[in-house]
Amino acid sequence: MNSVGEACTELKREYDQCFNRWFAEKFLKGDRSGDPCTDSFRKYQRCVQKAIRDKDIPIDGVDFMGPSKDKPES
Amino acid sequence: MVKYFCCAGLLKSSWDQVCVAFWQRYPNPYSNHVLTEDIIFREVTPTNCLISRRLLTKTSRAPHWMERYLPKQMSSSAYIIEDSIVDPEKKTMTTLTWNISHARLMSVEERCEYRINPENGSWTEIKREAWISSTVYGLTRAIQEFGLARFKTSVTKTMKGFEYVLAKMQGETPSRTLAETATERARETALAAKEKAKDLASHAQKKQYV
Repeated sequence: MNSVGEACTELKREYDQCFNRWFAEKFLKGDRSGDPCTDSFRKYQRCVQKAIRDKDIPIDGVDFMGPSKDKPES
Repeated sequence: MVKYFCCAGLLKSSWDQVCVAFWQRYPNPYSNHVLTEDIIFREVTPTNCLISRRLLTKTSRAPHWMERYLPKQMSSSAYIIEDSIVDPEKKTMTTLTWNISHARLMSVEERCEYRINPENGSWTEIKREAWISSTVYGLTRAIQEFGLARFKTSVTKTMKGFEYVLAKMQGETPSRTLAETATERARETALAAKEKAKDLASHAQKKQYV
C-alpha cells in the first residue's frame, strides 16, 4: 500500500514489516519486552509528517477518539 | 439531524488474527478506492494498550447530482482518519473513523468494537455504528440517504476484504467467486441507492421552484 508521501512508501514498508511481526509475536501475547521498531518508526514519521504538511492535509486539532462525544440517535 | 445506523458482523477467525489482519487489510480486491494508508501516530499506553491513528486517502466518488454542490477546487481525494485502541488483555479493539475532508457536504463517523464472540471463542464479533449527517441546505435528506446507502455497501466490502486477508494469512486461496458475488451485490445496492437518492434530490429541487 502506498504512503500519502510518495517518497515515504519504502520507509512505510520497512516499518510495517517490523510492526506486524512485533504486534503478532509480542504485543498480543502480553510480552512487554520493548519495541524493536522505534528506529524505523522515527524515520517513517519524519517523512510522512512532512508530506502531510506539504499537502496541507488538515489532521490537526482533533483529540484522539475526538469526535466520539454526544451521540444523538435518529 | 443525523442518520444513525447500527449492525453486527461476524468473522470466523480468532480475535488475535482479526487484529493482525486489521493492520494488513490494505490493499485487497475490495479496496481499490483506497489510495494511500499511513500510520501517523502510535503509542503503547501505560496500561499496555496500543493506540494508533491512521490516515487514509480514498477516491471521492460523489454522484453527479451532488457534484454541482462541490466547490470547483475541492480535491478529488477524500481524507479519512481512523483512531484505534487495542487492549490485548481484555481482547477488545475499538475504532473510530471519520472524514476530515468534504465534511460539510457529508460527514460519516463510524465506531466499531471487535470482541471475542461469546458463543464461539474462536470467532470475532464486530459491533458497528455510524452517524451520517449533511448540512447542505435543501439536500440534507438526499445526501444522508446516499451516504447511508454507500455506507452499507462499504460495510459489505470491508467484511469481504477482511475475509480475503484472513484467508490469505491462514494459507488458504481466497475464493474468486466470493469476490465476484460481493461486487455484483454491492453494485446492485449502489444502483438502488443511487435511484432513491436521485429521486429525493429531484423532489427537493422541485420544491425550490414552487
